[in-house]
Amino acid sequence: MNAAAVSGKAGSPARWALAPPGKAGDKFFRLLTWLMAMMVVVLLALVGCTLWSGSRLAIAKFGWHFFVHSNWDPVNGDFGALPFIFGTFVSSFLGLLIALPLSLATAVYLTELAPGWVRQPAISMIEMLAAIPSVVFGLWGALVLVPWLQQGPYPLLTKYFGFLPFFQGRSYGPCMISAAVIIAIMILPIITSISREVFRAVPDSQREAAFALGATRWEVTRLAVLRYSIRGIFGAAMLGLGRALGETMAVTMVIGNWPEISKSLFSYGYTLASGIANEFAETTSDIHRSALFELGLMLLLVTVVTNVLAHMLIGAVGARKHAGI
Amino acid sequence: MNNWRHHWRKIKSAIVSGFCLISAGVVIAPLALVLFYLLKAGASSLDPHFFTQLPKPVGESGGGMANAIVGSLTLLGLAALVGIPIGVLAGVYLSEFGSPRMKWAVRFAADILNGTPSIVWGIVVYALVVLPMQGYSAYAGGLALGFMMIPIITRTTEEMLALVPNGYREAAFALGIPHWRIVLNVVLKTASRGIITGILLAAARVAGETAPLLFTAFGNSFWSHRLSEPIAALPLQIYVYAISPYDDWHRQAWAGALVLILFALALNIGVRVVTRGRLGFFAGRRIQPASTSGPG
Repeated sequence: MNAAAVSGKAGSPARWALAPPGKAGDKFFRLLTWLMAMMVVVLLALVGCTLWSGSRLAIAKFGWHFFVHSNWDPVNGDFGALPFIFGTFVSSFLGLLIALPLSLATAVYLTELAPGWVRQPAISMIEMLAAIPSVVFGLWGALVLVPWLQQGPYPLLTKYFGFLPFFQGRSYGPCMISAAVIIAIMILPIITSISREVFRAVPDSQREAAFALGATRWEVTRLAVLRYSIRGIFGAAMLGLGRALGETMAVTMVIGNWPEISKSLFSYGYTLASGIANEFAETTSDIHRSALFELGLMLLLVTVVTNVLAHMLIGAVGARKHAGI
Repeated sequence: MNNWRHHWRKIKSAIVSGFCLISAGVVIAPLALVLFYLLKAGASSLDPHFFTQLPKPVGESGGGMANAIVGSLTLLGLAALVGIPIGVLAGVYLSEFGSPRMKWAVRFAADILNGTPSIVWGIVVYALVVLPMQGYSAYAGGLALGFMMIPIITRTTEEMLALVPNGYREAAFALGIPHWRIVLNVVLKTASRGIITGILLAAARVAGETAPLLFTAFGNSFWSHRLSEPIAALPLQIYVYAISPYDDWHRQAWAGALVLILFALALNIGVRVVTRGRLGFFAGRRIQPASTSGPG
């Protein structure tokens, strides 16, 4: 029975296999995938062009003045982006300043020190932290974290560091530091996981060599691991900075949304992203909307620069982690 | 002297180790705190009505987010229609076809798009769809989320296809099968679990996005009957309730956030269980040929 079936069918697969495969299907499929790949490139161009054309009105009216002018007045149609640029960079760098040491130390703990049974659960938890949506951090930040910060740590900062201009005045809760703290929490997972990958890429022979010279654990970490991966650490920080600059919802909910430039970190602030999120739906004039588009264009350019730098520094590891795999 | 130095080095090492341990605790603490408050404030306001009723106006307690939950799922569906075909096929191009220069350009574009802030997607789709259509719509919201999914799926698909051994492709070529059939029936099929994982992770990531929906889907307090109308979404509703001054609405926001996070975590944990590590899908595949060839 089996033999009959085989011999009966033997002819057709053989003929099918020996005939040269049709080129039409290949050509079509190749073209299809090429088109879809092209779409990715076109999409990037589309994003840039859309923002550019949306902000043309503001660019024509304000020119370079837009970047150094600090008045933001939707009623009279006078717009300067300086408070937004200031707020974005101050909150992001402050956030990075808080997050970077913590992330690096955590990554060192996870790669060099942690016992096996701690490692995997801790890594999973940090990945879960990365999966929490921005708006949930914002909700928690606005209703739990910021009221607590306002009652506990902020008065202490004023009391002991009040002589510094940064900690003068009274905080009403939402302010630049609150935003920095939320940003720090949100970029901790990405910096930690990338620096962990970077540390893991350090060859064990480096560590063994340092141990063999009688180095202590910290000396091994410092000499063999940290120094070896300095480039990757910069890359991880860059990627974290890119995230911080573009962070929208959580920041909007805790920064106070007021375009002012103040030395005190307890004052309200605004960022490029939160400015758009807060005002875009309520624009009254074309020039207002156009100014917001220009904020978006700036935001895109800044994140492109940080991301390109980050990818140059860390290469494939970062790209993979960045995609969330 | 020498002995003292030795001790100091050991002490320093211990101090730094302690600092690293504490840092790890500090990094994980926000997760525990957020989850704690979500469960504390969210679970108490979560009842069956939450899943079946529309939001109530200020002052009336109760109500739910049924429309927002359905809205979020609708938007995710629309996003998948945009993101999956483009993302997967672009990934196939990167892994299977593609000249080096084109590959570089696509990878570069995908990585930049991956890092593009979500609010930027919001205003771009506003300009592309909402202005010409003269109104906020589910289409616009779905498109914004779909655009965000494309680069993630492209890169994960490429990674997963790169893990398929060349021997599989060569064996199929040797049988005279056309290239496109090899890609569909051998390469994509072998990597299917990894690709599905990537798609689920992309979905989990965009499901919680608020910023791209602010000026596209816009939100809606009622059911939307057409995709060309503004549509409610869970993250949007949470945002609106969270920035309101009403305690009732804050409770609803917590409940909504709990549902959203359970959904996102379930997708994430589900993915990790399915894949069992990054190469998990592959370990599973390796076993299969052996077991099917056994009886024959």
